[in-house]
Amino acid sequence: MMRAKSDVKKCLWCGGCVSVCPTSAITLYERIIDVDDNCNGCGICLRFCPVGAMLEA
Amino acid sequence: MRYDIIVVGAGPGGSSAALHAARNGAEVLLLEKRQEIGSPIRCAEGVGKKGLAGCGIKPDPKWIASEMKGAKLHSPSDVVVELSGELAGNEVGYVLERKIFDRELAMTAAEAGAEILMKTMATDLILDEGYAKLKVLTGGDKMELEADLIIAADGVESKTARWAGIDTTLKPSDVESCVQYLMAGVECEPDYTHFYIGPSYSPGGYIWVFPKGCSKANVGIGVQGSKIPRNEGGFVKNLLDKFIEKHPALSKGKKLEIIAGGVPVSGPKYETVVDNLMVVGDAARHADPATGGGIINAIRGGRLAGEVGAQAVKERDFSRTFLSRYEKAWKEDFGKSLERNLIIKNALTKLEDSDFNDLADSLSGYRFEELGLLGLIDAIQEKHPELLDALIGE
Ligand SMILES: Cc1cc2nc3c(=O)[nH]c(=O)nc-3n(C[C@H](O)[C@H](O)[C@H](O)COP(=O)(O)OP(=O)(O)OC[C@H]3O[C@@H](n4cnc5c(N)ncnc54)[C@H](O)[C@@H]3O)c2cc1C
Ligand code: SF4
Ligand code: SF4
Repeated sequence: MMRAKSDVKKCLWCGGCVSVCPTSAITLYERIIDVDDNCNGCGICLRFCPVGAMLEA
Repeated sequence: MRYDIIVVGAGPGGSSAALHAARNGAEVLLLEKRQEIGSPIRCAEGVGKKGLAGCGIKPDPKWIASEMKGAKLHSPSDVVVELSGELAGNEVGYVLERKIFDRELAMTAAEAGAEILMKTMATDLILDEGYAKLKVLTGGDKMELEADLIIAADGVESKTARWAGIDTTLKPSDVESCVQYLMAGVECEPDYTHFYIGPSYSPGGYIWVFPKGCSKANVGIGVQGSKIPRNEGGFVKNLLDKFIEKHPALSKGKKLEIIAGGVPVSGPKYETVVDNLMVVGDAARHADPATGGGIINAIRGGRLAGEVGAQAVKERDFSRTFLSRYEKAWKEDFGKSLERNLIIKNALTKLEDSDFNDLADSLSGYRFEELGLLGLIDAIQEKHPELLDALIGE
């Protein structure tokens, strides 16, 4: 199953992906995006990210 | 450590809540996970004059980047509709320096007696014992804080509301995916905001150019999440980059800063109170669904929550029933305008490029101050009656 992960080279830490994740798997720690085991691979955050920083892990 | 009220998030909503709770006698702690208030910004920094005055905030040159005379709306065929004076001023009267504005707001909360803890992030919340236990990471150390009342002002990414059982997950159609550059060396009228509206500019959103002085501007885009194609990473940023390339007045400029963000445009469909907790600002999805503006409602809602919170402290009643005074108050204050603008957003996101061209054609040449809503409808009826059906819906 796909799992999301953020690319630190692209991410702007806007927190938008956190608001669309249906499983609360994403946490924004100031300048780190963490995706935990709750990720179900739905891909909603990949589609949302304005700068293409969410990727398939 | 125990407080009467802990406010999570020091954006405009949180600072306003902390200010009014502290001013009315509560012991307040304001938490912010970032190292610096207001930075990086997530905002185009436009704010209405009336809106600001309604918050009891006097304009201060320290945080006003520029003052607007009007707004220009561009259709896909570049017919321009000018909104001037009052009408545009209600939407965008000033372009702010939000880094300074947000910091000043937090300072007023501190001056009223609120404590502020920076680099402190709420990580979990337990509400089942008649008070709140808030787990936080402060400078990397774990700590547990207690309060009778939590005000969740943690913005679009709010987890605090989710921990309290309010599922604020935004559907893709309920959120705008945004990118913005602060650009220098651009050519733009210093006292007009520009909006480029129509699906070919931005599906379900718009592109904005908000000038900050003579040669600087916030140039940004918001696209409705449900209209972003799958498997096209960076679609939103690419669309903005292409727009800038096509406009020489912009493309000759330099990009000084890039920011991104999500703007909730769901309208107010989530609960905003449970026992021992209230939700304000973007966390409560109080941003305007049609324009995406959320600063003013965050401040107004924050104030109402702060006042009700301080009352709750005096009466030692933190029940949902008591706190629902806050929900009633914000509904009376800006609930109706959110509902109305949600209808407008839903109508606008259905329109095609050609509809926006017709709309602009119907409206160009009118003086809006004199037109009013009914006059506006007459103007459309006269030139493009089919558009009214599309707007009002089946
Ligand atoms: C690109 C863009 C352009 C915009 N343009 C405009 C505009 O022109 N005009 C306008 O009126 N509005 C605009 N908005 C919307 C506006 O920025 C928001 O509505 C406004 O900032 C909401 O204020 P708030 O206090 O609710 O949340 P925020 O300002 O987002 O503040 C929330 C704070 O909470 C902190 N936080 C989050 N989680 C935690 C945690 N767990 N612990 C501690 N702290 C936490 C965050 O770091 C943040 O500082 C725009 C938004 C975007 C993204
Ligand atoms: S939406 Fe994209 S840029 Fe924003 S925090 Fe998530 S991964 Fe980073
Ligand atoms: S893929 Fe879906 S579940 Fe996983 S982090 Fe992204 S939005 Fe959340």
